Amino acid sequence: MRIPQLSLFVENQPGHLTLPCKLLAEAEINIVTLSLADTRQFGILRLIVREWQRAQEVLEAAGLVVAVTEVLAIEVHDRPGGLVELLGIFEQAGINVEYTYAFTARLGNRAVLVFRFNDLDAAISALTRAGINPVSPISLYDHLEEE
Amino acid sequence: MMNPATNAVSDAPVSFHPASSPDYVPREQLCGLQSRRLRQVVGRAYEHVALFRQRMHKLGLTPADIRGVDDIRMLPFTTKADLSDAYPIGMLTVPIQQIVHLHPTSGITGRPIVVGYTRRDLESWTEVIVRCLASCGIHQGDVVQNACGYNLFIDGLGLHYGAETLGATVIPISGGDTDHQIMVMKDFSVSAICCTPSYFMYLVEKAEKLGIDLRELPLRAGAFVTDSWSDAMRRRIEESAGIKAYDIYGLPEIIGPGIGAECCHQNGLHIFEDHFYPEIVDPESGDLLGDGEEGELVLTTLNREAMPLIRYRTPDLAAIIAEPCQCGRTMRRIRRIARRGGEMCVVEGVSVFPSQIEAALMTVEGALPNYQIVLTQEKGLDRVEVQIEVTARIISDQIGAMEGLQSKLADEIEHSLGIRVPVRLVEPHTIGRSSDGNKRVVDRRAN
Repeated sequence: MRIPQLSLFVENQPGHLTLPCKLLAEAEINIVTLSLADTRQFGILRLIVREWQRAQEVLEAAGLVVAVTEVLAIEVHDRPGGLVELLGIFEQAGINVEYTYAFTARLGNRAVLVFRFNDLDAAISALTRAGINPVSPISLYDHLEEE
Repeated sequence: MMNPATNAVSDAPVSFHPASSPDYVPREQLCGLQSRRLRQVVGRAYEHVALFRQRMHKLGLTPADIRGVDDIRMLPFTTKADLSDAYPIGMLTVPIQQIVHLHPTSGITGRPIVVGYTRRDLESWTEVIVRCLASCGIHQGDVVQNACGYNLFIDGLGLHYGAETLGATVIPISGGDTDHQIMVMKDFSVSAICCTPSYFMYLVEKAEKLGIDLRELPLRAGAFVTDSWSDAMRRRIEESAGIKAYDIYGLPEIIGPGIGAECCHQNGLHIFEDHFYPEIVDPESGDLLGDGEEGELVLTTLNREAMPLIRYRTPDLAAIIAEPCQCGRTMRRIRRIARRGGEMCVVEGVSVFPSQIEAALMTVEGALPNYQIVLTQEKGLDRVEVQIEVTARIISDQIGAMEGLQSKLADEIEHSLGIRVPVRLVEPHTIGRSSDGNKRVVDRRAN
């Protein structure tokens, strides 16, 4: 259920995003989805990859510094109001969404979003109470990478 | 407000100040005085400073072997590391009760040192500062704005003593609050200023923004301390403010400012050789170099009581100018080449030591990260940026956490320095791979 996400520090300068992507490409590791949070001076590149441990090794072997954080992949109805319903659950439980980004592919008629919470355990129990099961990593990768 | 026209003293021709008379003693007489003082100071250090005594023994020397100033080359060197090793009181030759001014300061290596003055040392210091200021054409009747720091750095206090004794009107305004500085300069017809060249450039810039042309004020002379400056910077200072800009040389370990000063010819700094004996040595071998040759400036304090330093290796590269100066002073001049390694810079008039930045980094990170202090120059002003490599310990997936760390580092540095310095997070393993090598301080200032 919990999905490991790799985060990398990159300076906000031309070419600096290339190195980690190239390292993963050479190791034949596919990036399932990514997000880049930026400030004027630097960015944090967040990656979801299937073989995250191998990816971490590859990146660290090249001298990069990697943070591993657990996030959730949650299906959202791909229609107006779909996201609002989901966010209501977190709001009621007093859980903060630190950031969210989307997977490029969909599961059936549903979009899949990555969520990073301030309190992951609380988020999981709130979702369970609401009858929502976050997408398991295996089904996520199997499904998304087939497409 | 005072009428600048009544402030005629500023425009009076350069007159001889009685305090300057030692500057003109015949060389033979000076040499006799130097020899006498060297014997005294060596005897004193030998008696009270264990480190010096041990080194003399190793060389098979006793004070009796030092008969005159020409024997100085036989003596062992003293380094800044020695001062740190001897901290807190190992270099002092008098009981602490006889010290009237104790000045702990941070070393470039991050290790503390202390400088002590007896009452007589303060008198000597005041005397050489008076001679410095007189040499820069500053006299009784001048209104001197002393914008050197008074607390952490020793320049402010020394110049204050000197200017007061000279008979000038001293405004002990210290550094900072630039708008107020400019107002004071204008309202009291300030005719001379003491500060660092970079702080003065900052004042010029601020004055321009306030619509004040410093060339139209009575300000006539600047006695500049602390950091080294280029000829181009001197020209810019002189042109933008309509003043004569003089270089005053000092080192806190030796006494503070007052070791030497330029005269009206602005062609090298006269070292007050009755107090400080200059030598130039090869920085590698320590061999004595000849007149005109560039090397490391080594100074011996000939008249210090509390903390005599024998053949102290300064951080400065210089050359001795042996030719007599047109001003008539018999004191030899040095040409300052550079301060080595860029150990220190001055930002907004505040001296910055790497050790202060290191201490702040340690406070936040708990250990010293791989960091670099980058010095640059913008419009003649020193700028400093602290670059810190991101490590596995500090990396976060959250921008807020990274920015929080960045501002916490900047806060801590500000707490330590008194000024805010930009902090930049950089990718791991980037520091020390550039052409700058593995230096902690990278000086990219044009000079």
